[in-house]
Amino acid sequence: MLRKLLIGTALGSGLAFAAHAQDVKEVEMLHWWTSGGEAAALNVLKEDLAKQGFAWKDVPVAGGGGDAAMTALKAMVAAGNYPTASQMLGYTVLDYAAAGVMGDLTETAVKEGWDKSVPAALQKFSVYDGKWVAAPVNVHSVNWLWINKAVMDKIGGTEPKTFDEFVALLDKAKAAGVIPLALGGQNWQEATMFDSVVLSTGGPEFYKKAFNDLDEEQLKSDTMKKSFDNLAKLVTYVDPNFSGRDWNLATAMVIKGDALVQVMGDWAKGEFNAAKKTPGTDFLCYRFPGTDGSVVYNSDMFGMFDVPEDRKAAQVALATATLSKSFQSAFNVVKGSVPARTDVPDTDFDACGKKGMADLKAASEGGTLFGSLAQGYGAPPAVANAYKDVVSKFVHGQIKTSDEAVTQLVNAIEDAK
Amino acid sequence: MTTVTTQIKLTPEHGARPDVSMRSRLQDALPKIVLAPSFAITIVFVYGFILWTVYLSFTNSKTFPSYTLTGPRAYQRLWRWTFESDPPSSWYTSITNMGIFGFLYIFICLALGLFLAILLDQKIRGEGVLRPIYLYPMALSFIVTGVAWKWFLDPGLGLEQTLHQWGWTSFHFDWIKNKDFVIYTVVIAGVWQASGFIMAMFLAGLRGIDGEIMKAAQIDGATTFQLYRRIVIPLLRPVFLSAFIVLAHLAIKSYDLVVALTSGGPGGSAWLPSNFMYEYTFKRNEMAVGSASAVIMLMTITAIIVPYLYSELRERPR
Repeated sequence: MLRKLLIGTALGSGLAFAAHAQDVKEVEMLHWWTSGGEAAALNVLKEDLAKQGFAWKDVPVAGGGGDAAMTALKAMVAAGNYPTASQMLGYTVLDYAAAGVMGDLTETAVKEGWDKSVPAALQKFSVYDGKWVAAPVNVHSVNWLWINKAVMDKIGGTEPKTFDEFVALLDKAKAAGVIPLALGGQNWQEATMFDSVVLSTGGPEFYKKAFNDLDEEQLKSDTMKKSFDNLAKLVTYVDPNFSGRDWNLATAMVIKGDALVQVMGDWAKGEFNAAKKTPGTDFLCYRFPGTDGSVVYNSDMFGMFDVPEDRKAAQVALATATLSKSFQSAFNVVKGSVPARTDVPDTDFDACGKKGMADLKAASEGGTLFGSLAQGYGAPPAVANAYKDVVSKFVHGQIKTSDEAVTQLVNAIEDAK
Repeated sequence: MTTVTTQIKLTPEHGARPDVSMRSRLQDALPKIVLAPSFAITIVFVYGFILWTVYLSFTNSKTFPSYTLTGPRAYQRLWRWTFESDPPSSWYTSITNMGIFGFLYIFICLALGLFLAILLDQKIRGEGVLRPIYLYPMALSFIVTGVAWKWFLDPGLGLEQTLHQWGWTSFHFDWIKNKDFVIYTVVIAGVWQASGFIMAMFLAGLRGIDGEIMKAAQIDGATTFQLYRRIVIPLLRPVFLSAFIVLAHLAIKSYDLVVALTSGGPGGSAWLPSNFMYEYTFKRNEMAVGSASAVIMLMTITAIIVPYLYSELRERPR
């Protein structure tokens, strides 16, 4: 019985091998871009590849943060069934590369000049051990304010340049009877806001040392305490019902004019676009006060797996198309992020996009482009989640003082390392 | 599992006789053949993976399973976290929540289920309509229950908002947003879902009680309260046990209810051990810690189920 089965399997795989002897003109792609705007953005890539004769096979796993997709990917890789590529975030790419399942795109990278055009900070996640293992699709930055212009005009506010001016602006909104700050009380949103607060309070050098290098001296410093105090100050401006709210509902509060401002990554712009709002006339995008000149980023990457020879051509085509200037522009215009290479023309982008691109270029050249700890680009997931725990417990009152918060942060990060 | 092993023990003596025809031999073997696949699948996919999880909990597995044993480090961390109550560690929150949720959920479901069953058992008209109405929530998945109750309990959308619109503006009910009370909203939703099912179990039990005993008690002058207190409820003991087991395992695995209802609660204050396990294994890439917490959950269930099985098996010879 067993022997028959073995023979059958051998025959079957033999047949499969024969059928695969020619190049497979198919790209198998695992991703979680299933919602309207994101799916539309991905369609641009599908059409690009279709023109070159490559079929597209989706392995979509819905769910915004990609947790479900990552679980599915783990199962696929464990079974030796690698997709051509998978949407991946930050340290996941490096984890898989360390496990030895990623492909090598260095040849393509050299030919296309990725080394020069992709910011060095991003290459930390797309290059492993000198080999290109992933193609960055976009760069999101999280230190943004999204403001409803009508409300801003009503209360007579101007762009806040410092944290104190920001607090004064929030006070104005409160006095006018508007919810000053729209926040979704989920741990990643709170931590995303705290990323900006830390950058604003301690400056770029401090942010890098604390949240990218995880330097304990900085983590338990007075500057970090002050950052927590500043966060506590901001939390007094949210509505009582904020706990557990989804980020897009918080954005909707700003769009509708119920709230003045949201601190959120530039994916929030997609919501404004979907509501047919124009930057400059309906809403305003400012850098988080005191963080102008620095960019705290996260980036979507297409991790490229070590697929069999006959599927490599399709993989190279996918990677080349992903980092082509035309796709980078077309995709990011729809998605709300900015291109992952700094030499893409900004003609098609709106005002916020243009600013985002200029900021990225400047930050990349000036060395002020930092990975967002909340978004998993500052440290591995265990540390990032421990950080989110502490920030969230501080916001919701399980951790009562900034002294305690700093101690907890140091312990939690030490524990997770 | 027990049935399979007894059959295996029984059959060889039959098959050993030479005059048994092919047909009857096949008939003897049939139950074994039919059960073999499911038996094998259970062995591998339940017990095999339990052992695998136990093994992983003693390794330093992170994103992927690693097979080098590194000792009980994961358990030591969990043990340390067990006593971190201020500010509460995620594990401390998870297990205290399990205690609160498990106790209230089981207790209220049993009490409410019994109460509803006794009321329905009063030979009332329209029982056929009422019974499915109570039973229906059990047909919903935890996700649906969670989302529906999330909207209902949300102060900005549901009950509080509605009552404010009706004019009762001092009404205040924000448990779902409150770190100290959010676990009780999980109890409310869980009880709403399961108590109808428990009612059906008790109703079946009540219908199984001999009417003669009731009549005899009534002739002896027992009041209705005494009748239930002294006769009916003691007779329902087996139903209590079954209902308890059903509720206990529902309680320990109600991961999806917490996620759908509270998405973890403010600052993770609604976590149960199952949420902890998933979070650590799949989101934080701390597979060893996740496995260790899963083993502890299994031990907890075992501590409940084994005495039950023991008492059931002991009673059989009577």
